[in-house]
Amino acid sequence: MSQGEYVAAAYGVVFVALLVYVAIIAAKLARLERETAELAELARTRHADV
Amino acid sequence: MSTSSPSSSTSKSAVPALAALAAALVGIAIAFAFYVAPEDADQGISQRIFYFHVPIALTAYACFGWGAVKGLLLLWRKDERYDLESYVAIHQGTIFGSLTLLTGSIWAKASGGHWWLWSENQLVLFLVLFLFYSAYFMLRFSIEEGPRRANISAVYALFGVVLIPVSFLAIRLAENIIHPTVFTRDGPQMSGVMFLTFCIAWLAMSVLAYALYRLELLGKRLDSNLRELRELLT
Repeated sequence: MSQGEYVAAAYGVVFVALLVYVAIIAAKLARLERETAELAELARTRHADV
Repeated sequence: MSTSSPSSSTSKSAVPALAALAAALVGIAIAFAFYVAPEDADQGISQRIFYFHVPIALTAYACFGWGAVKGLLLLWRKDERYDLESYVAIHQGTIFGSLTLLTGSIWAKASGGHWWLWSENQLVLFLVLFLFYSAYFMLRFSIEEGPRRANISAVYALFGVVLIPVSFLAIRLAENIIHPTVFTRDGPQMSGVMFLTFCIAWLAMSVLAYALYRLELLGKRLDSNLRELRELLT
């Protein structure tokens, strides 16, 4: 490997790590959105019963 | 018990601005590292790894230190929100710590021909610090959630902070060729433009770490509040 390729690899590692982190956060936000919708539905059902 | 804090709403509005600022600063730092800073006479192009490697390492130290400060506040004020803040800071520190090891290893291979040398105290000490904080998660998740876990985690975070100056000073105390000492008592051993590039990259990494810290904290608090709401509704 040339020195330039090592530099690209070092910066690439940081970029990929950031990308993975953002993907994990996005997946978590999608889960939270799903859970919020479920809870809203549950609250609506409760409200209709009362 | 809710883990939301009075500052939660302000955090929400600050996160997009922080993320945008971090993205802009990282972009500027990369532009400076590749197009503005001159090529190093000794190491050539591989020296450009320095502009991200060192700021990432300093950010990792700062995150571990921040986690210890929050741990101390938890033990002092007995406020549960500090437990989550300490945990998230250490999590960020571990991410930046792993990036320090990876970028450092690549830099060492490019400039010295070795991925890793066990004879190098500063490398091993950083690895010890990283493993110490990695074990924090094993400890934390082996204890049931509650004040006991919060207190034990805070004490562990405080113990780890002792390793930070040891790891930091080891780079200065060890005389070797693998890990260069750029900051000496005579000041930074680099040109003004190189130092400016380093400062921009350091600022970029610090803002990025803070943005990620706030984002993760926001997600964890939202998760906790939803769990509480679910318990109330079911």
